[in-house]
Amino acid sequence: MDNALAPHATLLDDEGALTRLHPNYTWALRVGMLLRLVPLVIAALVVEVVLAEAAQSDPDLAALALVPQGGLSGAVMLAVLLLLIFVPQRRYNARGYQMSADRLRVVRGVLWHSDTVVPLSRVQHIDVHQGPVERFFGIATLTLHTAGTHNASVHLPGLGADLARAMREDIRAHIKRESL
Amino acid sequence: MSSHLSTPRRTAPTSVVIGALGSVQNAILPALAIAFSGIGGSGRFGVAIAVAAAAIVIGTGLAYLGWRRLTYVVGEADIRVESGIISRAARSVPYERIQDVSLAEPLLARVFGLVAVKFETGAGGSEDITLAYVTTAEGSRLRQLVRERRDEEAVAKAAALAALAAPAPSEQPAGQVLFQMSPQRLITFGLFEFSLAVFAVLLGLLQYADNFVDISLWDARVWERWLSEQSTWVARIGPAAQVVGAIAAVFVLVVIGFATGLLRTITRDWGFVLERTARGFRRRRGLFTRTDVVMPVHRVQALAITTGPLRYRFGWRSLSFVSLASDNESASHAVAPFAQIEEIAPIASAAGFYLPDEATGWQRSSIAYRTDKAIGAALLFVVVAGVLALFAPMGWFLIPLGAALVAAALSLYEWELRRRHAIDDSQIFAMHGLLAPQLQIATRLKLHSVEIAQGPLARLRGYATLHLGLGGGEMAIRGLPLARARELRAKILTTITATDFAHI
Repeated sequence: MDNALAPHATLLDDEGALTRLHPNYTWALRVGMLLRLVPLVIAALVVEVVLAEAAQSDPDLAALALVPQGGLSGAVMLAVLLLLIFVPQRRYNARGYQMSADRLRVVRGVLWHSDTVVPLSRVQHIDVHQGPVERFFGIATLTLHTAGTHNASVHLPGLGADLARAMREDIRAHIKRESL
Repeated sequence: MSSHLSTPRRTAPTSVVIGALGSVQNAILPALAIAFSGIGGSGRFGVAIAVAAAAIVIGTGLAYLGWRRLTYVVGEADIRVESGIISRAARSVPYERIQDVSLAEPLLARVFGLVAVKFETGAGGSEDITLAYVTTAEGSRLRQLVRERRDEEAVAKAAALAALAAPAPSEQPAGQVLFQMSPQRLITFGLFEFSLAVFAVLLGLLQYADNFVDISLWDARVWERWLSEQSTWVARIGPAAQVVGAIAAVFVLVVIGFATGLLRTITRDWGFVLERTARGFRRRRGLFTRTDVVMPVHRVQALAITTGPLRYRFGWRSLSFVSLASDNESASHAVAPFAQIEEIAPIASAAGFYLPDEATGWQRSSIAYRTDKAIGAALLFVVVAGVLALFAPMGWFLIPLGAALVAAALSLYEWELRRRHAIDDSQIFAMHGLLAPQLQIATRLKLHSVEIAQGPLARLRGYATLHLGLGGGEMAIRGLPLARARELRAKILTTITATDFAHI
């Protein structure tokens, strides 16, 4: 890390511009969301089949046959598709981080917004984690653990894998220097 | 001398007796249940005795084996415990990781002169090593030893060896007493601890008994019959007697409530003494289970001063320390559970804190937050009033409407007089609470992170919650104007980044 930064570090402003996350993070979010929404699509298909059979066997329910075939599952799939396109994009836009000489600021949340600053001197230990989806997209999650009960671990997902490791080394160097 | 260090030791043999007595305790309930249930017909008393005997024999055997198979070694750099009857576990705790050694004496152990020694590492809960039970002398020897080891590493080596060799190690000098509770104080405290919890326990026991006993407790018909019998009886004795009966019932309830509070308080806090020793704060309390806990001063992260609606009117407050070791509820760090503010101030200053005074620059939360909270408090009642206005007889809707007004007024009152915060050069104060003020005091330096959080409404209305990362506790200041939240965060971060404190 640039040591020349250090003396001015406390003067850095915490409302400054955020660094955006890796562009692939949007896609990782989409895959994660898709996996969670698949059961919904399956449920829609099952309901549709059951209703179609009920409409055939029971004359009282014949009105159900008026709904075009695939109408329900089609609507659900369209909704899922729209969600997949827009929600991860908004989530990505809402997230960001700001790394300075002595602190890391993590911002996230579309509806429930949170803006956390962790002073590097308070970091107990650091993790870099990659799940299967993250590995496929070449991104990683950096986690800072603090001794506080609130924000005991602060996650920063969607960093490029190399960047995440480099940041871990930076923070580690900072911890080492501070505790000497 | 060094052979002392590596010799595996066992806990006191009498702890087997305590284990055996524990198994007797465990055997009683099932035996009673069998004796009073239908199992086994006429021979059920025989069955009950056999089951009890088997439980006692097995329990005692396990206690003995557990004792035989548990050894501990007080090593050069760590304490090692090997335990387990079938699968063996070996655990080592380095001295430098041991935050403190606490001693607990349950009633039975006290009878035999034993203590349970717990090496607290700050990991919390079951990760800590406990030696149950060793003799009182061995307990204080271990405590003394660990402290010397940890603190004065080079010098302590010789001292600890000497301590090991010496048959009776010298106890640490008695500290300065900061706070203690006389029996009179305990009785006053107990009266404020009025509690009807005993009825909940009784109900639970009844449900438990129902599983074994032949009374069909949850059969409505039984109660119906009983009620109809009782009500005809009650009707017969006339209205005057009914009033007398009701008063008597309330009286009994009140007496039981006070008695429960007194009993619980006296058993928990009997002989409460808080001292300031060289090692930190030492608290001893308890009538049957005597505990002796030491909290190092530098581990105190924040103070919490709480009070109740009634006791606040008499100036009674409770002071507790927030510290990393207090994650679990049982290890509560109440250091002055029932004290006047003049008694609390010296304890706070001994811990390196100070209480707010006239110079403290209290600030209120945002006005938008006040409005939203008041509307939120009244909203449910207003909805109910609306429904009643449509569907209930005339005038009914006035009741929830009145409730809505009261709720909104209380919310405004809380904002006006109770919800406030302040920051100065070294501390942050946060107060809230409707009927009684609850105060938290944290040091700016000992915070671990700062978060500004906003829900959808808060974003729209421009206020935020400031969450402070506090070791061993939560601290949040709600409803701050966004600019103020940012200002507080910037101030706190300036203090934090100026000093490294990750190693606490």
